[in-house]
This record gives sequence, structure tokens and C-alpha cells, in this order.
Amino acid sequence: MKERWIRWILALSALIAVVTTLSIIVVLGEETLTFFRQVSLWEFFTGTRWEPLLEPKSFGILPLLSGTLLIVVGSGLLSLPVGLITALYLSEYASERFRNVVKPLLEILAGIPTVVYGYFALTFVTPLLRQILPSMQVFNAFSAALVVGIMILPMVVSLCDDALRAVPRSLREGGYALGATTFEVSHGVVVPSALSGIMASFVLALSRAFGETMAVTLAAGATPNLTWNPLESIQTMTAYIVQVSLGDTPAGGIEYQTIFAVGTVLFVVTLFMNILAHQVMHKFREEYE
Amino acid sequence: MNNHRWNNPRNARVWKERLFRWAARTLTGLSLLVLVVLIGHVLASGWSHLSWDFLTHFPSRFPHKAGIKSALVGSLWLMGLVFLISVPLGVAAAVYLEEYNRKGPWSRFIEINIANLAGVPSIVYGILGLALFVRFFRLERSLLAGALTMSLLILPVIIIASREAIRAVPKNIRLGAYALGATQWQTIVHHVLPAAAPGIFTGIILAMSRALGETAPLIMIGALTYVAFVPEGLMDPFTALPIQIFNWASRPQAEFHELAATGIIVLLVFLLLLNGAAVWLRYRASQKIRW
Repeated sequence: MKERWIRWILALSALIAVVTTLSIIVVLGEETLTFFRQVSLWEFFTGTRWEPLLEPKSFGILPLLSGTLLIVVGSGLLSLPVGLITALYLSEYASERFRNVVKPLLEILAGIPTVVYGYFALTFVTPLLRQILPSMQVFNAFSAALVVGIMILPMVVSLCDDALRAVPRSLREGGYALGATTFEVSHGVVVPSALSGIMASFVLALSRAFGETMAVTLAAGATPNLTWNPLESIQTMTAYIVQVSLGDTPAGGIEYQTIFAVGTVLFVVTLFMNILAHQVMHKFREEYE
Repeated sequence: MNNHRWNNPRNARVWKERLFRWAARTLTGLSLLVLVVLIGHVLASGWSHLSWDFLTHFPSRFPHKAGIKSALVGSLWLMGLVFLISVPLGVAAAVYLEEYNRKGPWSRFIEINIANLAGVPSIVYGILGLALFVRFFRLERSLLAGALTMSLLILPVIIIASREAIRAVPKNIRLGAYALGATQWQTIVHHVLPAAAPGIFTGIILAMSRALGETAPLIMIGALTYVAFVPEGLMDPFTALPIQIFNWASRPQAEFHELAATGIIVLLVFLLLLNGAAVWLRYRASQKIRW
């Protein structure tokens, strides 16, 4: 009898995960539906001005989307190649001792809170870059993308490293037996064999960048700006949500509902990216026996 | 002559090899250099404000008088509550998924849920906390609302780490206990969990350090940015270390930026202690367990 009770209690705890997912969907869905009763989907997804806090209000999410994409693309350009090359160096070139020093240091880099990266971008990276690029604004997408890239780098390295190390030794030795150099084995044998894992790590890292909040709030600015110029101040979707919740926005108003609408876009996109990453990892995995 | 060397296919391959090795080593070094520069910058900017007064004073409009007491106490409260809420739930969920319901479709569904929850941006948990705890359950901007939100955020981390630790316990241990007539629950409590404890603790510590540094969800549920008192109960408003840092860093004056750096030093020291504990646990576990 006692055993059965315990089983039920444990099962209920496991159920929390499902309840959390459902609550996120219900909470976001409810307010988002109310929002879309007042604002048309067409205006939301094609409008080029995001000014929900000013009169006349306009609710075009494109400026927030372009701001977010600037950060995602910029941080990806930095962290994906550097992360893959670092992982290759660690798994194909470096000695065991070097690995044992570098991996914990990368873990520290991964454990630094994002608000610290925001501070770093604002007080170190931007002033430094402004000496080289005087046209850069105090708040700009470039510095923010740079630090977000640094932030997701350890994740890329660690996931790529796992993928590379899962490639069986015999494949490498086949390459070496044909007289290939380490570089040739790396890019001709190891990377193609680990491609599914590498791609999955890229998608997961970009999804992190998509939802990253504090660094971009501090460093990228609060001006919804439909631009591709990274030297300008922009606003990401996450930074907008923070901006609204810092102010005194009464519940129930349309300003309050915007954070749920924007949050829904954020949730759907990151969920899609995560599912994609897991699919890539499972479906396209090369099986070695 | 030189031309000839480059055109020789063998030499070109060797050069490519050397070039890549050099580039890869440089890039790896650069990422570590970033860590050094970041910490160096924070220490250089924040060191001068670091004092006992900084830890024991409330925040203030005047930078030289400002301290971090309310944020420090708020963070400690928050950590304690998050620990009490998330650890029992997380470990219980992991035990259920690993020991009771390993293969069923139900278990697979929960598993997919947990994997996806781990990838949900922290600010979405903030929105959830705002709508669910602050508004729906009318907890207002209280410590409890913050702790519940943060617990949901780190639960997937604890569950995933605990499951891995429990899975690593060899089957023989369980069979041995059953052979002696232990019930399933006795087997779990007396044999499986103690054996999995180092791994579970490491996961918990990493989850707690995540909770300590998270800022966005707390801003969402309305943790206050200026608090000149210490919370005394579950329903009190509060602030936390990363919120206070954010607040100082987002002001234009350079002096407040220095205070933000000092706050970051305090936060990083706490994180370092937590991570040090995790490393130590992992080391001890590797020394002690022999199967």
C-alpha cells in the first residue's frame, strides 16, 4: 500500500513538466488571442513600425524581428565557426592535459550570468570599438551580438566536441593510413561523420541567441529600428518585453498584452528550433558499429 | 624556388595543415583570453568599491554610500526557497522516470516535454510567472512568486542531471537489494539514491548557480530594482544580486557602472564557491566509487 502511494507521489512530480508546458501554452495563448482581437495578424507580421507605447500606436513586429535577427546572425557568425574549430582543435590536435585545462575554463565562461556579459559589452566592448568605428552608437547591435557570440561559444564547443568524439577511431585511422594529414582527416572524415551533431549544436546555440535577454537589453538599446546596420541602436523582442515589464503597465491593457504576443513568437520560434535540433540529431545520425 | 615549393602538392598540404593548426590554436587561445579580459575588466572597475560597507549598506542615490545588502539577502532567501521547492520535485520526477516508468509512452511524452522545457528562453518563464503566480494566484511581487518561477526554470536541469546519475547506478545493486527482500522504495532510498548522490548534487549545484545568475525572469515578475529593506517573509517584495547589477549598469553615470562591477565581483565569488563545490564533489565521487 505504501509503495503504491509513493509511486503516485513520484508520478505527480514528473507530471509537473507537462503541467509547466501546458501552462506556458495556455498563458501565452489566452492573452495573445485577446491581443489579436484588436490587432490584425497582417498588421502584426507586416507592419514596419513598433510603437505600442506611443500614440498613435502601431504594432508591426518587423523592427523587433530584424533586431533579434541581427543579434542571432552576428553571434552565429562569430560563435559557429570559432566553436567548431576550437572543438576540432580539442578533439583532434590537443593533448589530454590541454583538454583538461581548457574544458573547465570554457565551463566557467558558460556559467557567467548574462547580465555580466551585458555589462561587459556596455562598458568595455562598445567604448573600445567606438575608437575604431566612431560612427557606432553607444547602444548598438554589434557589441551585443559580439558578447552573445562569446556567451554561446562554450555551448557550441562542448556540443561539437561531444559529436566529434563520438566518431569512431577506426574511421580516423583509415584516413591516416591513406596518408592524410590531421587537417585532411578532420575536414574530410571527422566533420562529415559528425555533421548531424554539429548541425544540431548550431541550431541549439542559435536558439539560445534568439531568446537571450539581459546582454541585449543592456547593450543593444531600446529603439525598435528596422535596419541591417549593426552600428545602430536596435531593440530585440526580449529587450522589448523587459522594457514593458520595467515600466508601470497595468494588466489588461493592450500594452500588457503585447508582451504575451511577442512572447508567443519567441516561444514558438525557439520551440521549433529545439525540435528541429533534436530531429536532426536523431534522424540523420550515422550509426557506427 | 619559393614558387616551386608552393606548387608542390605535398608541400601545399603540409602548409595547409600547419596553417590550420596555428589558426585553431590561436582561436582557442583567444576565447580563453576573453575570459581573462572580462574578469580583469570587472576587477579593475569594481575593486575600489569593495568593502564591508558595500555588503552591509542599502542601495542609495549617492554612489559612495550605496551597498548591496538588500540584494544579497534577497538572493540568499531566493536560493533557499528555490532549493526547497525544486530539489524534492526534481529528484522525485527523475526517480519516477528512471525507476518506475522507464519505457512507457507516457514516460517518453514527459521526456520530450522536459527536453523542450530546457530550451525555453528564461524570459518566457518570467512571462509565465507573471501571469500565473503574480496575477492568477495573487502572490504579488513576492519572494514566493520569484522562487516558484525560478524553480520551474531550473527543474528540467535538475531532472536531466538526476536521471543521468540514477541511470549510471549498475543494475546489480538493485538486484542485490531485491534478493534480500527489500521493496522497490527501500531499494531506491537505501541503495540507488546514495550511489547516485554525487551526480545528483553536482546537477543541483549547477542548477542553483543558474538560478543565482538569472535576471530576466525576476524582472518579469517584478522584483524591485530599488529596495531599501530586507525581506522577512515569503510574501515580502525583494530584489536580488543580478537585478541590482542590472539596475546599476543601466544607469548612465560611470560611478554606478563601477558599483555594478563591484556587485558582479560579489556574484562571481558566490558562483565560484558553488562551482568549486561541484568540482570537489565530482572529484570525491571519482575517488570513492568503485564498481
